[in-house]
Amino acid sequence: MLGWLGTNLVTIIDGVAFGVLLFTIALGLSLVFGVMDVLNLAHGALYLGGAYLAVTVLGDGGGGLLVFVLAALVALAAGAVAGAGLSLVTRPIAHRGHLDQALLTLGIAFVLADLFSEAYGNDVKSVAAPAVLGGSTSILGDSYPTYRLVVIAVGLLLALGAWYLIERTRVGSLVQASVADPQMVRALGVNTTYLVTGVFAAGAALAAFGGVLGAPILSASPGLDTRVLILGLVVVVIGGLGSVSGALVGALLIGQVEALGVSLLPTYASFLTFGTMALVLLLRPSGILASGRAA
Amino acid sequence: MTGPALASTASTSDMNIDEVVAAPRPAPQGVFLRRHLPIGAAIVLALFAVPFLAPAELANALTRILALALFAVSLDLLVGVSGLPSLGHAAPFGVGAYAAGITAKEVTPFAPVQLLAAVVAGALLSVLVGALVVRTRGTYLLMLTLALAELVHVLAGRWDAVTGGTNGLVGIPALTLSPGGEPVRLAGIRYWYVLSVALLFFALVVLVSRSAFGRTLRGIRDNEQRMSSLGYSTFRVKYTVFVIAGAVAGAAGALYVAQARFVSPTDLGFEVSALALLAVVIGGRGSLWGAVLGTALVFYLRDEIGPLLGGRGGLLMGIVFIAAVYLLPRGFAGLRLPHRSRVPS
Repeated sequence: MLGWLGTNLVTIIDGVAFGVLLFTIALGLSLVFGVMDVLNLAHGALYLGGAYLAVTVLGDGGGGLLVFVLAALVALAAGAVAGAGLSLVTRPIAHRGHLDQALLTLGIAFVLADLFSEAYGNDVKSVAAPAVLGGSTSILGDSYPTYRLVVIAVGLLLALGAWYLIERTRVGSLVQASVADPQMVRALGVNTTYLVTGVFAAGAALAAFGGVLGAPILSASPGLDTRVLILGLVVVVIGGLGSVSGALVGALLIGQVEALGVSLLPTYASFLTFGTMALVLLLRPSGILASGRAA
Repeated sequence: MTGPALASTASTSDMNIDEVVAAPRPAPQGVFLRRHLPIGAAIVLALFAVPFLAPAELANALTRILALALFAVSLDLLVGVSGLPSLGHAAPFGVGAYAAGITAKEVTPFAPVQLLAAVVAGALLSVLVGALVVRTRGTYLLMLTLALAELVHVLAGRWDAVTGGTNGLVGIPALTLSPGGEPVRLAGIRYWYVLSVALLFFALVVLVSRSAFGRTLRGIRDNEQRMSSLGYSTFRVKYTVFVIAGAVAGAAGALYVAQARFVSPTDLGFEVSALALLAVVIGGRGSLWGAVLGTALVFYLRDEIGPLLGGRGGLLMGIVFIAAVYLLPRGFAGLRLPHRSRVPS
């Protein structure tokens, strides 16, 4: 067992880094879905937007840490604006049901994907990690890219922050209450418009931030938006909707399944991911850590 | 041909009092037939006449659209009639297409055998997937169907020995209309075959939708709790319609292959599901015939107009999605002719 762990340690850490990136996607999806009951299919495009922002700002040269942090902050701000905009355009059709909202956000995703490929072409654009973090660190004798360890640390801080916000503050309890029973929250006199816009903006900001963070690992290319979106959905389905810890557990699980699967069973990697989802659904239809109403 | 159609409109306008009272419900069988039979017959005759009047390219384009239209109609049975919004309906369609293609290559190119294999494959997939899917609803159902269809998509790309992998299934022989007979080479005859089968299945879907079972489906769509407390096993009803829709989608896949003679993983990808959904929404959910018009429009835009825009097809489709949601909330079927608009608001 220890020997197996030793040989696969690098893969496992890779899986954690990938899981952390999935968490930045899944948390936004999960909360928007939980609070607004909207399936935001443009969420993957927001991630890709963040990744292309990193391409623009950083290029392939590996700039300074300050530039990288700046890019991440710009992504947060731009993502928040985009999220508020999305919440604005979905509101007029909120009463029309899930399908219309899904189709609208899908249309927006198509438009964004087309604009990205117009601006950046169809080739894979890689981004270098900031020069300071470009080296590698030795873990139990294996050398490992430092940047990925930083990604893991940032992601876990993010998860901690989100958990604190949702579980320990008044805003968080309102968000949770909206997941469980939106009508009751409205009846209590809470202005859910602000709440919903805020959640949408925060989720989108997180996705764009994830795009910058993940760009040195996953690069940026057309089609990445769909891949990330679908994995994000799988995470939400596994973790249970509207739950921070559910999104984290689901994301780390899928990160491991993807990384170990590709490394150990390359032929079956994609089945493992979806097989995990099907298994979880069979055993726990509303996710591992479902909060609030059952789907 | 327009004579009977006009006569029928005149006679039904006298019965509008009935119609006003029963506006949301489908008209009784007799009224339905009297109103729609002449128009339907005219359209069907016109469709059958196409190979005599138009060049083979048009027949080929129509063959493709008919197959995809049947696919969209089967999706409308789920989305519009039963309230089960699936984002993964390309899965049974594609599996049916693969089943038909493999049957044609390995067993026999005799058309009914291919069709049967496709129907069985589409139904079997839906039996497997449906048990998970129909337990959920709304947004969750959208997510789940999307993710499960993606699994099938990946499987099609990976299972080289059976599907030909990402290169697709090539070398599918032309179909024959008798066992061991001559392969069909003429576009017109292939078109007639596809048209006949598509009409047959379309009629089947209309019958399902207008039967007592169809009324149960609408009841569940509108208020599942009430149907459940009335004693209906809503799970069993939804499961059944999911399998029926899968079987019809499989048939549509067989018709698609009959013309394309090629299947690739792209044919059961997310985009195909999304475009079929767009066709259903543009046509007007639950009307069934609207999905046919929607398909014609969506695939005309994608395949004829899209290439003219120099690779900006994605932008066009995105705009169509957005416009359809905002501008056509009830689709073509919601755009009623003036003399039919006396429905209480």
